[in-house]
Amino acid sequence: MSAAAPGTSKAAHSEVGPKKKKGPGALATAYLVIYNVVMTAGWLVIAVGLVRAYLARGSYHGLYYSIEKPLKFFQTGAILEILHCAVGIVPSSVVLTGFQVMSRVFLTWAVTHSVREVQSEDSVLLFVTAWTITEIIRYSFYTFSLLNHLPYLIKWARYTFFIVLYPMGVTGELLTIYAALPYVQKTGLYSVTLPNKYNFSFDYYTFLILVMISYIPLFPQLYFHMIRQRKKVLGHIEDYSKVE
Amino acid sequence: VYHHTSSIFPLNYPGSSGVEILDAKTKDKLCFLDKVEPNATIGEIKSMFHKSHPQWYPARQSIRLDPKGKSLKDEDVLQHLPVGTTATFYFRDLGAQISWVTVFLTEYTGPLVIYLMFYFRVPFIYAPKYDFTTSKHWVVHLACMCHSFHYVKRLLETLFVHRFSHGTMPLRNIFKNCTYYWGFAAWMAYYINHPLYTPPSKYTCTYVFIDTTQCAIFFCQIGNFSIHVALRNLRPPGSKTRKIPYPTKNPFTWIFLLVSCPNYTYELGSWLGFTLMTQCLPVAFFTLVGFIQMTVWAKGKHRSYLKEFRDYPPLRSPILPFIL
Repeated sequence: MSAAAPGTSKAAHSEVGPKKKKGPGALATAYLVIYNVVMTAGWLVIAVGLVRAYLARGSYHGLYYSIEKPLKFFQTGAILEILHCAVGIVPSSVVLTGFQVMSRVFLTWAVTHSVREVQSEDSVLLFVTAWTITEIIRYSFYTFSLLNHLPYLIKWARYTFFIVLYPMGVTGELLTIYAALPYVQKTGLYSVTLPNKYNFSFDYYTFLILVMISYIPLFPQLYFHMIRQRKKVLGHIEDYSKVE
Repeated sequence: VYHHTSSIFPLNYPGSSGVEILDAKTKDKLCFLDKVEPNATIGEIKSMFHKSHPQWYPARQSIRLDPKGKSLKDEDVLQHLPVGTTATFYFRDLGAQISWVTVFLTEYTGPLVIYLMFYFRVPFIYAPKYDFTTSKHWVVHLACMCHSFHYVKRLLETLFVHRFSHGTMPLRNIFKNCTYYWGFAAWMAYYINHPLYTPPSKYTCTYVFIDTTQCAIFFCQIGNFSIHVALRNLRPPGSKTRKIPYPTKNPFTWIFLLVSCPNYTYELGSWLGFTLMTQCLPVAFFTLVGFIQMTVWAKGKHRSYLKEFRDYPPLRSPILPFIL
């Protein structure tokens, strides 16, 4: 999904009033700052790549190819965030972060990369744009938070842009999966049929449909969670710096 | 709702205490019980509290001394607790509860019935021409017997062998547990009883192989049962005492020398045998997931044994001898 829920658990821990929290050590903080700066830069590269390709071609069709490699690289790199939670230098839930990251990685590799025919679809541009803007804001938010100098603008953007970007990304993702369905069914991509010696079968086509259906319960929950976070975080204007 | 009998008389009525119960989160006074005997137990206090708040039956009450502290046990006696003449307790609602026995019976009956539905090829599962037929492979019949025996054993153990420390668990657990057991049972049964099921190849796996796995399964089932009986015998009926389990005359319990939770060890053995016998990947997944969960439980149990008993045998591992 396109909204970045991992960070929301961080913000969920920010409450009014002083709280004694054992943050990551100095080395971990330095590493995290570097990580978040690199990711911010990476997604900026993707953003710039999209804009340049659009200006060069004069249309917004087929822009995926111009940013395919950095998209794969930086989106896959986000898997490190699961490790950060597992090791404890980031106070988010491993399961929640894992779910978020893997769903992005799934869309990048198991749908867009694997089914060539959808790469020219406009829905791909829809979610890539949503992801790009979201991630630039999110990673700069983390960077500034770690440095204890969080401009209100970034915080505001993080908790406001999602209102449009999240549904936009979800729409792009769903349309892309839907576009991939006929090709998956035709070629039997990633599917295993009986009989075989493992006595196992898997129908990727059905699996993709189930994935699409799972958006129905999951998307509203995550969306309204972010809205609640927004009320909590932006409701306290005086609470600037100690937001993780 | 705040109940308070008019009190012209002092609270320190000789021989009894006042007990007030506050909400752990809001600190609201929920109830005041006067004339509580000093030798009253928490269980009795819970019953009294239930009378004034009928929606909170005792099983869903968590009574503690501190809003964020541990729950007091039902057996704890009022006068042995660090409270003054008026005891202040904090209450947390544990949510709707369901008894362990009910959960176990439901979650184990499902796989038994579901597997048999696939075995007998009830309509709408496989292609219509296979309805109510049975597989021609001997191993499929054997697998059905093993699977059914296993769950019948579990049901009987729930009714006659197990002694539960906690009477109840949160209601939502029954949905979680049943989804797990019933879901996996359906997934395994679908493939094993499928018309296109591929039995162990007669070039690599012979009848000797199938018989060996069958014996291993049966061995582990008896082992698991022996452990359950040994654990039951550690605890007299109605009590909640905890003792270190030791090997008994039954050779199947000698594994206690090396392992804290041999019931899980045997369970793993049974399912490994079943996996090898059926050569079915979903069974392997089920075994793996079960192994991970049982290892987590075994480690927790092992840790609490070590914490509770200073003379706990040092040679023992939680679930796998010397390894895990």
